[in-house]
Order: sequence, then structure tokens, then C-alpha cells
Amino acid sequence: MGKTIIEKIFHAHSKDEIIPNNIIWLDMDLATARDFGGPNVVKNLRKYYPEDPSPLDKERFVFTFDLVAPAKNKKYANNQQICREYGKEFGVKVYDVDAGIGSHVIYDRGIIKPNMTVVGTDSHYNILGAFGAFGQGMGDVDIAYIVKKGRTWFEVPETVKVNIEGDFEFPVTAKDITLYILKQIKTTFALGKAIEFYGDIFKKFTMADRITLCSMVTEMGGIVGFIPFNNKNIEELKERIEGDFEMPFTADSDARYNNETTIDITGINSQVAAPPYPHNVSDAKDLHDINVDSGFVGSCTNGRYEDFEAVYRILEKNTIRKGIVLTMVPVTREVLEQLLVTGLFMKLFAKGVVISNPSCAGCAEGHIGITGKGQVNISTGNRNYPGKQGDGDTYLTSPVVVAASVITGRITDPKEVL
Amino acid sequence: MRDKIFKGKVWIIRDNEKKIIDDIDTDQIFHNRYLTITDINEMGKYAFDNLEGWNDFSKKAEPGDIIITGKNFGAGSSRQQAVDCFISLGVNAIISRSFGAIYKRNAINSGFPIFVWDNMEEEIQKGNLNDRDELEINIETGEIKNLTKNISFKVPPLSRVQLDIYEAGNLFKSE
Ligand code: SF4
Repeated sequence: MGKTIIEKIFHAHSKDEIIPNNIIWLDMDLATARDFGGPNVVKNLRKYYPEDPSPLDKERFVFTFDLVAPAKNKKYANNQQICREYGKEFGVKVYDVDAGIGSHVIYDRGIIKPNMTVVGTDSHYNILGAFGAFGQGMGDVDIAYIVKKGRTWFEVPETVKVNIEGDFEFPVTAKDITLYILKQIKTTFALGKAIEFYGDIFKKFTMADRITLCSMVTEMGGIVGFIPFNNKNIEELKERIEGDFEMPFTADSDARYNNETTIDITGINSQVAAPPYPHNVSDAKDLHDINVDSGFVGSCTNGRYEDFEAVYRILEKNTIRKGIVLTMVPVTREVLEQLLVTGLFMKLFAKGVVISNPSCAGCAEGHIGITGKGQVNISTGNRNYPGKQGDGDTYLTSPVVVAASVITGRITDPKEVL
Repeated sequence: MRDKIFKGKVWIIRDNEKKIIDDIDTDQIFHNRYLTITDINEMGKYAFDNLEGWNDFSKKAEPGDIIITGKNFGAGSSRQQAVDCFISLGVNAIISRSFGAIYKRNAINSGFPIFVWDNMEEEIQKGNLNDRDELEINIETGEIKNLTKNISFKVPPLSRVQLDIYEAGNLFKSE
């Protein structure tokens, strides 16, 4: 019997039989804990293993401070310090408040490799599918156990296939395709399943594009999403990973799928998800009556250098409408450095953009870019549930649509300002 | 070593119209007003305290009981108390059409046996399973004997992993 991608990854990390719905012991290559969840992981380790709270392997456990970085209140400051102290005591690496969003830090620093199994206290860890790895968000009890034992149990998910037909070109981006897919499959088609995406478009998907799509597998209700790699994607991995690494698994031709769907993206326009659900998606042009008060570009879905470039492509010959603030937050220190080195930081700064240090920013606990009651925010984030980015209304879209909308002051299809 | 075969009497969780209740969420199982309780011995008395028609459950429950309930049991929040309150009462197992994903994880991590039984409702309709019938469950084979009615059923047994954790007592004690 052939295997899907997730079945192959599980097979390489388990002695148990890999059949969908079987509960198996799964060896974990890496566990991470952030400034939320991390302190409880430490607490659990100290509580359940009082004789020896050290990790099984200190190379396979790291802290990443990203939710509120640097700490903006005592709660976070204290939590971060609890992790630092554990790190110091047991030699566990801490990516401190300067580093950026954990899932991107482990990519930028070459820690994540294809076919790995990774868990973190981050519900968007299935983003790691972009790198051909199995990533999963878990609670602090589960993570503490994994840190100590190097494994956990997992139910083998079934896999669904999503075939993408057609092509796209600027100003339509990977985010529009992601939202369009969400609009079609909502949260039911892939609920609790692994997704394999196929289609010619992936021949031109960059790593940033892959990250955007895979990060929102969370909003699709999926366990993890995998995309075929092109040569450039592999080159990008090689640039980051030291030494040789295993090529990403591909599915067998006789692998078994739970279901399959085909989505035609030919001729789609820029997409926007209106509150309160990420799958509440329409064409940007159909929402042109909605005035916006602010814009946000960042989050693990759209905070890479390519996303900043896309914004500038629209802003270059335009100006941001008076009274509207555009906040942009890079995902990692590496991305921030790139912005500084290439001069893109200065160009965006000159347009009046607020650029902050890397973190989850407005996506988490009301750090940078949180909205007030009545405020309409157009954002590249991944969630628009009430209260998620403040008391205002959050519309989710691509960096390009955010740029176009802060120019006109209302939700705008970028073709209007090109 | 914990028993792999155990006996207990059935509670079928039904509403006023005698329909099995689906989608019982963690707030109905263990309401969030009791979340500050951390002592497992204290949790039992609040089990189902917010589920209409069942708020006296802790008074009726007897050690060894087996709960039978509708699909998506334990949907909602991640609170461990929604599992621990039944352990606290000495409930032996929960059998359902399906479980909320986090609930399932919490139950397995606590070494608490849960079973999925697809056609349980048909058996109830046929009269093969009633409230307070005595069942004997073999968690390794998935055989359920209704000792009161002298009928046997088969459900998927606990997996190797669930058995490992069950035997150890909980996830943290497992090797
Ligand atoms: S940016 Fe938002 S969704 Fe992404 S990891 Fe941070 S908090 Fe989670």
C-alpha cells in the first residue's frame, strides 16, 4: 500500500503501524516553547520530574520569544524570565525577544529540515509543512512530556488532496489563492486531515508563498499542508541548512486519500476575508465601500521580505492617505536586516510606514498594531475573529491589497492604483 | 497493574425526549465557574452540573459506571477537569460516537479509557442496551458484554499507545 507524505514522515519516526486513525508513538525531532506556554512547560517539567527537570536532549528543545517581544508588561517579562532561567540551568537555547516569530526563526537559522517532526506551543505550527516538515501546536502538558521523553502519541490523520488549476499573476498573490481556497473548502473539507496541494502554480511558488498557504492550513482546520517543491525552494533550504539534508518525501502514486477536490483559480481577483471568519471571503472590489482606518502587514502568514517588497511595489508611485497608519512587522531579525541592507526600510519609512522589530505584533495579546472599538483594520494576518487584533474589525488580505487600501482609504483592488 | 477487563453500570446521557445528547461541550461537563479547582477529589461533584437534566449526576453516579453519550463529546475548551471530574467519581469509561479532538487527547493522557462505538444508537433502539445495565468491557479486545441482557458487542479496542498510558496511570508515568 502506497503512502501519503505525512504517512512517510510518521513511518520514519515510529515503530508502530502507520494506518490512518491508528494512534501511534511518534518520535519528535524538536520541541519549542514560546513566551506564552513556555513558562507552563517549565512548570510542568519541574512538577512532574522534580528529580530531574532537564530535557532529554537539550539540542532538541528551544525557546522562542515572539508573542510579546520585547515584553510590554510584567506578566510577559516574568514569563520570559522563567524560560531564560530554565534555559541557563539546563543549557537550552533561548531565541530571545530580538529574534522574531519562532516558526520563522527555526527556518531562517536552518534548524528546520524536510521530513522533521516538530511541536511547539503555537497553534500555527502546521506552517512547517511549507518546509516539508510535520509541525503541530500542542498544549504545555504535551510539550513538557515531549521535552522529557522525545516522543508523544498521535493519531495518524487521513490525507485529502487539493488540486489547483490555472495560473495567477501580480497583483494576485499567494495570499489571494490561500483565501480563495479557504472560501471553497471552508473548515470542513480538511478538518483533522493532512492536505497535499498539487498544481502547476507551485512551480513558481517562492518559499514566502509556500509559508503563506501552509500557515493558513490552521484556518482550514487541517493538521498540516504539503506542497511540491521546485528547484528554487530546495536552493533556499540549502542556503540555510548547514550540511546535507534529506530531500522532502513525496507521496506514492498508489497512496490512499480520504477525499480530493479541484479548485480553478483562473482569473480570480484579489481576495479579502471579512470578519468574523477567515473563510468569509469575497473579491476586494466587492468590498470597496468599506473605509479603513489602518493597515497591518506582518504575522507568520505575511511578514517576509517578499511581502515588504510587494507593498512597496504598490506604494512606490503613490502616497498613503492622510490619517491612515500602516504598520509593518518583519517576521525575523534576518528579514529586518535584509530590509536595512537593501534600503527598503528607508524607502518604506519615507512613505510614512511604521516598521517595528520582529514579533507576532498585533496578532498576539495586543502588542503592536492593536485596534480600538470601531476601527477598521486591513491586515495580512490569518485570523479575524472578534477581539483577535483588538476591538476593531479586521479584514484579512494580501500585502498588496493592504497597500492599495491605505492609499485610497477604503478596501481597494490593487488594479485600481497600479 | 490496572484491570484490562472491568465491569460497570451504564448511564445513557439523554435529554427529556429520551434522545441521546450530541455535542456536550466542556462547559456542560465542568463549568468554567469551577476552573479554579485543582484538587481532583473536589472535581467529581461538579461533573455534568451544567447539563440540563443531569445536574444531580454526582449524587447518582456509582464507582465503576460507564457513560454512553452522543457524538462530539467534550467539544470546546481544553480544560483537563472535564476528564478528571469523571475519574474523581470513579467512572470507568466513556463510550461515544465521537469525541472532541482536545478532549480525546486529555482523556488518553490521563489514562482514562474512551471508546468510539459507531452503531451504539441502533443497539439502544433495539433494546439491547438500557440504563443501569451491567457491562463488562475488555479494553484489549474491544468486547463489550451486556451481562444484564446476555448480549455481546464489539468496538475498536484501546490502541497499544492508549494501553501503555492506561497501564502506567497517565502520560507522565509512561516510559
Ligand atoms: S503571528 Fe499570530 S498566528 Fe502567527 S504565530 Fe504569531 S500569534 Fe500565532
